Amino acid sequence: MLEIANLSKVYKTGDKALIEVDLSVPKGQIMGLIGPSGAGKSTLIRCINRLVEPTSGKVLLGDVDLVQLSNRSLRSQRRRIGMIFQEYSLIERLTVMENVLSGRLGYVPFWRSWTRRFPSQDIQRAYQLLDRVGLLEHCDKRADALSGGQRQRVGIARALTQGPELLLVDEPTASLDPKTSRQIMRLLTEICTERNLPAIVNIHDVPLAQQFMQRIVGLRAGKIVFDGHPKALNEETLTAIYGEEDWNPSREEAEL
Amino acid sequence: MSEISHYSQLWHHRTPRTRLLMWIGWLALIALFVWCWQLMNRETIWFFVADAPRQAADIGNRMWPPRWEYLPELLMPLWDTINIATIGTIGGVVIAVPVAFLAASNTTPSARFLRPIALFIIVTSRSINALIWALLLVAIIGPGLLAGMVAIALRSIGFVGKLLYEAIEEIDPLQVEAVTATGAGRAQIINYGIIPQIMPAFWGISVFRWDINIRESTILGLVGAGGIGLKLQGSLNTLAWGQVTVILLLILCTVVVSEWISAKLRHAII
Repeated sequence: MLEIANLSKVYKTGDKALIEVDLSVPKGQIMGLIGPSGAGKSTLIRCINRLVEPTSGKVLLGDVDLVQLSNRSLRSQRRRIGMIFQEYSLIERLTVMENVLSGRLGYVPFWRSWTRRFPSQDIQRAYQLLDRVGLLEHCDKRADALSGGQRQRVGIARALTQGPELLLVDEPTASLDPKTSRQIMRLLTEICTERNLPAIVNIHDVPLAQQFMQRIVGLRAGKIVFDGHPKALNEETLTAIYGEEDWNPSREEAEL
Repeated sequence: MSEISHYSQLWHHRTPRTRLLMWIGWLALIALFVWCWQLMNRETIWFFVADAPRQAADIGNRMWPPRWEYLPELLMPLWDTINIATIGTIGGVVIAVPVAFLAASNTTPSARFLRPIALFIIVTSRSINALIWALLLVAIIGPGLLAGMVAIALRSIGFVGKLLYEAIEEIDPLQVEAVTATGAGRAQIINYGIIPQIMPAFWGISVFRWDINIRESTILGLVGAGGIGLKLQGSLNTLAWGQVTVILLLILCTVVVSEWISAKLRHAII
């Protein structure tokens, strides 16, 4: 479904964020991207929908090379990629419904979005998704009136309203407590399975990644240093990803 | 205690260089004050200053009692003044909004060409007082309300434009990023990602400027741009001090009411 080949990103400051990354994600796979801060996880997923412009390489979504697109066709391709953010990135002063409908912006002409008169199928789809994430009764509240977990559910509904073929998820649980984190991750994985959606999930929390991901890719200093099943993560591979650290004792102590 | 004796007991908040510079700065300030004091003493005609209390009492006597019969004649000019301020503010805001979007570094379509032009418009408008705008406009389009409205509008562009473009530059870029990621077009990104974030600032700034414009428009009549200022000028010229008192009290009331309205509105919005 998604094929990344030779992808590099050099920032203006000369920092090499990504160095010739090759990665492919098949349909329906939920892939966790782990690595230390500054390893290029955020840059990698933002290069896919070109919120960050890649320096060189290919990003194939289906048959389309996203790197080569002009601005106009980039916009229509972005509709195929849903994105979920760390700080939810909801439009705080708009209602939940407006936030969810904003996922349709790439499909409707400007005057319709300006007057908030979205096509009836879009509205029906938005209600259906709000029901799916459990927020149907909150649809007319302002986004800033919701709790963290509820906001992230709105974020998920917004991404799904696009009718995406791929989900990019940037640290979805970094601002949430452990229980809400697990609920959100469960919702995400369930939705991906239901729709056979592939997803790339940036994640800091290794146990959480092991619990919910089907595949883990480890990124270090812009290069992929691990790619395998979550069970293959051990002291040796974690050291390869994050660097030297005593990985075991704290876990053993916790078990005692 | 003896274990840590090799650590210094001295710590300075400022480096010697900073201390020296601050000392020189204070010295320069005092020298300037002394020089200004001498200049003022030399150029003041002390006879007039000594006479001031008597003059003030004299004018005060003539200003009292207020000539209340004059009040009905002032209501139309007062209405004009309020219209000058309100319509002028609306006109200024309508022009200031696009200028602010051109001037904000995160929304300007061209940082090299359009942004400097927008900033220049803002600076020009801000650097010229409404009274001077009115003076120019009375010469160009003739005396009357229109000159007053245009003067207020021109002065408001810079004020509203500057505060608004600063508000645009301070928005949360993550919300804009999220809207961009859905495949939204440029106008849709502004509509969904930026406008909701600047709405409170927009209303706050506009109402605040309206409040200022009420005050500024009361004096525009002095240069012939209509409103209650015309009556003030007339009364001053004919030495009708009782009428001047009525006008000043009326202006005071208007300003108090406009401040109350603007405080209420801002409270309701934010």
